[in-house]
Amino acid sequence: MPDLLQYQFMQNAYAAGTLVALLAGVAGYFIVLRGQSFIAHTLSQIGFPGAAAAALLHISPVAGLLAFCGAGAVAIGAAGRDLDAGDRRESAAVGSILALALGLGILFVRLYGGSAQSVYAFLFGTILGITQRDVLLTVVVVLAGIGALAAIGRPLLFASVDPVVAEARGVPVRSLSFAFLLVVALSVAVTVQIVGTLLIFALLVAPPAAALQLTAHPAFGVIASVALSVAVTWAGLALAYYTDFPVGFYITTLAFGVYAGARLRRAL
Amino acid sequence: MQQSVLELDHAAVRLGGRTVWSDVSLSVAPAEFVAILGPNGAGKSTLLKALLGVVPLSEGTATVLGKPVRRGNDAIGYLPQRRRFDPDLRIRAVDLVWLGLDGGRWGFPLPSSETGRRVAEIIDLVGATDYSERPIGELSGGEQQRILIAQALVSGARMLALDEPLESLDLNNQQAISELIRSICRRQGVTVLLVAHDINPILPFVDRVIYVAGGHVLCGTPEEVIRTDTLSRLYGAPIEVLHASDGRIVVVGQYEPVSHHPEDH
Repeated sequence: MPDLLQYQFMQNAYAAGTLVALLAGVAGYFIVLRGQSFIAHTLSQIGFPGAAAAALLHISPVAGLLAFCGAGAVAIGAAGRDLDAGDRRESAAVGSILALALGLGILFVRLYGGSAQSVYAFLFGTILGITQRDVLLTVVVVLAGIGALAAIGRPLLFASVDPVVAEARGVPVRSLSFAFLLVVALSVAVTVQIVGTLLIFALLVAPPAAALQLTAHPAFGVIASVALSVAVTWAGLALAYYTDFPVGFYITTLAFGVYAGARLRRAL
Repeated sequence: MQQSVLELDHAAVRLGGRTVWSDVSLSVAPAEFVAILGPNGAGKSTLLKALLGVVPLSEGTATVLGKPVRRGNDAIGYLPQRRRFDPDLRIRAVDLVWLGLDGGRWGFPLPSSETGRRVAEIIDLVGATDYSERPIGELSGGEQQRILIAQALVSGARMLALDEPLESLDLNNQQAISELIRSICRRQGVTVLLVAHDINPILPFVDRVIYVAGGHVLCGTPEEVIRTDTLSRLYGAPIEVLHASDGRIVVVGQYEPVSHHPEDH
């Protein structure tokens, strides 16, 4: 066993990180294909007021996260894309919702009287300090999330690339759009408290975007997205273990490098 | 053999409180190639959408292959009016055709060898085999149009509803795609309804035309319908049909001419 896996906290970090990377790789493929990176950003940030509200009300952070991420997904789904409107309307609606969410977060933190430390922990995660119970919770969420995406995968792909024909063929385009947002929101709500909003967001966008640059084949695209996502997570954790810099820095930098590399490779 | 593939009986559509067209009765026979013509905004696309069950009729009835219209009918292949695919849409042309076959089914996208064969056959039929593995956004307008026709046909459609498939193509491609549609119509016995902005590229190929204007619809051979007296009655305004020496038809009147202008959409 490599020495970085001697410790329980590193084993937990690797287990949770790998699981989150698997889910982010699959969900991210659809997010990037659908042009919804901004939604991924918003859904990973929207937990901030949720966690702050939970602290204020002395309830479990998961309850606050689920409530805010779920409500965010419903609001975005209701105000967002239409078959003909393209994603301009969606982008404006998402931006406005995100601004409101961050404003509420600031208010809740002030009312709670908490320190900036709790906000910092939420934003950048505590992947090196998670428990085995966290790992078990992650297993359940990741299996449920991937299961849900597998069940709606084919019509979701159709609705994502060709919504007008999909609707004429009887595919419930709008309901699928809602269902996808809810799956992403609920997955983010539970995993964000474990690995932090920064890691979730980085893994939901950059590795899938790189995968889509490498191949236009849907099955290979999902496989490449998952593989890149897991690879940057493993490498990021190892680099953070052997050096003194934060894991979030390493994973986001590697993810960026993978995306930039894929763009360059295609351009050349 | 069926009497007619498509039947409209005193049909009308209202959208946003406005009657688009009303009292439309017509029928289309199997393997007929019918062009749907008329000025912008007259309701040509709405007519196709009504047959697809996407837009409901406010009055009358519509039947396709002997059954009332419904959304998700595999017997109708639909090619919507659209601009070209985004150049950054990273999905292969063959995947788009394959989604036309089983994209509505639940489950993770894993193609079987049987659907693979069917998709390859249809792509071969439209002559798109050479570029079917390339991303759809990287194909030319004519190539995308062939792929979309394959997508519309792949589920075993008996009728094609094509909304402006020749728009934004150059003259050579307009000719080539018109010939392809005509050959599918005749060889595969598929009925074709094709919305066109300009009658001229398809005039040599069509059997009949449906002309939509002024809230009403006329149906007949091009010679019967595209005439000064008939169209003036339909529009309720003076219309003139001119025949150019090269065989082209130009419709002139207080409405915009039904002819090709590069700036038209």
